[in-house]
Amino acid sequence: MSSPSLDPGGGRDFEGSFGASDPILSRRAEVQRTAASQLVRRKVTSRVAVFLCRASLVAALVPLVAVLAYTIRRGVSAWSVAFFTHLPTPAGIAGGGVSNAIIGTLIIDFFAALMAVPLGVGVGLFLSQSNGKVAYVLRFGADVLAGIPSIVIGIFAYAVLVVTLKHFSAIAGSFGLAVIMLPTVTRASEVAIRGVPRDVTEAGLALGGHRAHVARRVVLPAALPGVLTGVLLGIARAAGETAPLLFTAIGSQFTSYNVLHPMAAMPLIVYFDGIQAYPDLQKAAWGTALALIVIVFVLSVGGRVLSSRVRRSVG
Amino acid sequence: MSTTTATEKTSRIERAGRLQSRLSDPGYRWLLLVVAGVFGALLLAILIALVLQARPALVHDGLGLITSTRWDPVHAHYGALSMVVGTLITTAIALVLAVPLGLGTAVALATYVPRRLRTPLSVLVELLAAVPSVVFGLWGLLVVAPWFAGSLEPWLKSAFGFLGIFNGTPIGIGVLLAGVILAIMILPTMAAISRDVIIAIPRDQREGASALGATSWQVVSGVVLPSARSGILGAGVLAAGRAMGETIAVTMVIGNTDSIPHSLLGQGQTMASLIANEFTEATEPFHLSSLIAVGLLLLVISALVNGGARLMVRSIARSAPGVGVL
Amino acid sequence: MLNLNRPYPPRGRLSFRTRVAIATSALVVAGISSTAGVALAASNDLSTPKANLTGAGSTFDQPFFTLAFYDYYKLNANVTVAYASIGSGGGIAQFQANTVNFGASDVPMAASDLAKDTGGPALQIPVDLGGEAISYNLPGIKSGLHLTGAVLADIFLGKIKTWNDSAITKLNPGVDLPKLGITVVHRSDGSGTTYIFTNYLAVVSKAWASGPGVGKSPNWPVGVGGKGNEGVAGSVSEIKGAIGYVELDYALENKFSFAAMQNAAGKFVLPSIRTVAADAAQKPDVTPTDFPIVNEPGAASYPISGYSWALVYVKQTNTDVAIALARTLDWLTHAGQADAKSLYYVPLPANIQDLARIDIAKILTPAGTEALTASS
Repeated sequence: MSSPSLDPGGGRDFEGSFGASDPILSRRAEVQRTAASQLVRRKVTSRVAVFLCRASLVAALVPLVAVLAYTIRRGVSAWSVAFFTHLPTPAGIAGGGVSNAIIGTLIIDFFAALMAVPLGVGVGLFLSQSNGKVAYVLRFGADVLAGIPSIVIGIFAYAVLVVTLKHFSAIAGSFGLAVIMLPTVTRASEVAIRGVPRDVTEAGLALGGHRAHVARRVVLPAALPGVLTGVLLGIARAAGETAPLLFTAIGSQFTSYNVLHPMAAMPLIVYFDGIQAYPDLQKAAWGTALALIVIVFVLSVGGRVLSSRVRRSVG
Repeated sequence: MSTTTATEKTSRIERAGRLQSRLSDPGYRWLLLVVAGVFGALLLAILIALVLQARPALVHDGLGLITSTRWDPVHAHYGALSMVVGTLITTAIALVLAVPLGLGTAVALATYVPRRLRTPLSVLVELLAAVPSVVFGLWGLLVVAPWFAGSLEPWLKSAFGFLGIFNGTPIGIGVLLAGVILAIMILPTMAAISRDVIIAIPRDQREGASALGATSWQVVSGVVLPSARSGILGAGVLAAGRAMGETIAVTMVIGNTDSIPHSLLGQGQTMASLIANEFTEATEPFHLSSLIAVGLLLLVISALVNGGARLMVRSIARSAPGVGVL
Repeated sequence: MLNLNRPYPPRGRLSFRTRVAIATSALVVAGISSTAGVALAASNDLSTPKANLTGAGSTFDQPFFTLAFYDYYKLNANVTVAYASIGSGGGIAQFQANTVNFGASDVPMAASDLAKDTGGPALQIPVDLGGEAISYNLPGIKSGLHLTGAVLADIFLGKIKTWNDSAITKLNPGVDLPKLGITVVHRSDGSGTTYIFTNYLAVVSKAWASGPGVGKSPNWPVGVGGKGNEGVAGSVSEIKGAIGYVELDYALENKFSFAAMQNAAGKFVLPSIRTVAADAAQKPDVTPTDFPIVNEPGAASYPISGYSWALVYVKQTNTDVAIALARTLDWLTHAGQADAKSLYYVPLPANIQDLARIDIAKILTPAGTEALTASS
């Protein structure tokens, strides 16, 4: 176990020179011997552990690549001009598309954002300026809201808007998606507004502006990139949700611009047609899945790029 | 030549300023309070709406809702214990897989990856969270399930059958597949939050350990992980909450059998997948309200789990503004 | 021109002029009548008011409705019908809440359901007819395996667990059944298809009747659940040794093997348009309260069959919707049945079509007039 050549002291062994029983020096030699012998083990352990961590990272990316590859393989063959511009046709009749679902997703998500963004930014503004009890409860509430299963939110949207309005509607779907988007937008807004340097706000106030004015004209524009990140991420999350639409917008074979009626949506096509036996319906489902992934990825990456730009500029 | 005086100019500016924001400071605060109130009202509304709709079932089923395993709409007997167990089993499998992998990924992203690759790789991991759950469900059903049935599950049965948890015919879909798909879906949550928590550990602590001769793994295991412990725990609990609430992907791969599975190769049902399956169909007496009661149960459980988890995470990451804590 | 003084029949050849005259008149008459026919049909369609109808319900109806409403839109661009196949129970629920113009259910509403209708008295109109195939996944075993109702019930009760069980081999001498475990596949969502199936099982098996019983979401003793006909079909095609019940068109589309069920007359019958129609013909006096047609007598009858019903309120609240609804349903139950046949549904028997028309005629506009014959 002892290896005199590995003496980290880099010098002579003093034991022999001054007397064999110096307790400090012999203790030091013992420690050095132990450390030397364990160095190999520690290095090996470290190598293995680092390897395992890197392997975890690779393992985490494998499913992503697998899902993407499969979706691209099955979805790309469905993409065509007809796919994006035609209405769906019954099984066995060629030339169908998902234009109504694309339009439906755009409309439903637009109205969801319309409902969630003002409320979310407003609450973010409120939370950024107060740390009292009310703010604490609201923050906790937002966290709870973020964790509610999307199916439960779908039930809520059904109870509030479908039963009362007496029919299925796209607006009920938008409402459900808005509830899902809300925590993301709120959190991002609060963080972004808190991130605006205090001197900017104080300068605005010093110039004689009322708080509302300063908020609207100075703080929000400065916080805009961060808020926009939150909005993009929120929309990305909402765009991929299926469960809230199941009992609200429920889907349609036609293009509809009326939000008080059922409307087609891309996740619903994937959910209902993906397991159909008819090959052309399956193909349409995968084409839609690919289009959906592209949209969500672009929004998510865009949001992240924006947020890192903000971080860099704010420091 | 201007005939206005300085005071006239000032008052004009003041008037303009006042017009632009008719709100005074108290008015502004009042408006924000109203907005906050609307938000709070929304949260309450969700709870109240669910309780109201679920009340008939809570009265009719009583405690049997969570103690009985017999879910029988034809005879109006509703016991959701099998679904509660199903939720717990799938979540447990997902955590067993995702926590170590997620933590390893987080450590790699924070420490063992070249600096310029850090952001792109982190974005890639987070993209996993962006894939819609319906795509995961379909992929799981069509691609992973046959592989499970044909290769993985028979191997597990032959290699580990003595443990007694791999009995039964491997048919691919089931709680094991659901757990694995869930693990893939919650991995980004675990990894991203843990990574942020690890990065927040002050650099001097890490460098100090290095200076004392610690290997790079020892820096992590001896200094970083212990400091980040509660944040990582929070990340794990948050991931667990996500797993419990996931609906669509689970519905497509779990096998939809309303009983407690006897082996990991068996099929089951979770609370969320039960609701997704039966909601639009529920016309028998108390069926719909029982489903909403199960939804309420799920809401309460996930609220407790998620809320608690975020409290833990926030207390660690509070110092870093702008950090993307999901 | 024709010489009306010449006695009939003409002796010898007609003159050239006469033949031209006859031919011309014939063409003119044909032209006028066909134009008139087209004009009649066209004026019928064009005069239908603009309406966007919504319906919800049975997944069984979905392939038929999708094709039928698509074709109807080509004939009559004023009417679009959006149908959501959320299942029979869902269709009933939405109809009761009056959130859709019509519901569709494989099981007519019972009295207790009718009591919950918020739109007044309702009509239940048969719109299509189909059979449920018992599909199985046994590599190497062809279609047509013999099964009796009692054996099927025991399989779904979990009493028969392997394919080479003596109960099954006894019915199929000469077929080499493997020692493969049976995986039962049932519907995970409540459905009218399930109702018809459990109705059949309850009729042929006392153990089933006193156990899980008849319903849209029974407590299945064994088996895996699949969502919708597609889910069951998908699971059966994936799992070796699986057995499940699917609508005939799904079985044919997936190229499944399906069983020849023993009917009440003791014969083993494969599901087909002919055999399902034979079963339906045994009960011409079907009504919403007396609707099961499972296990009817007759040598050619396929025992697992059932109608699917459209649910409509008598008193409509919007004139345009009332007229469009009545005309659409009338087309669906008559000319539209051609679309049903192309998808392996069984066309409605003529007497049931008449029954449907009588019911559709009862739909009233807000003014109280009959919607079917109202001019718009």
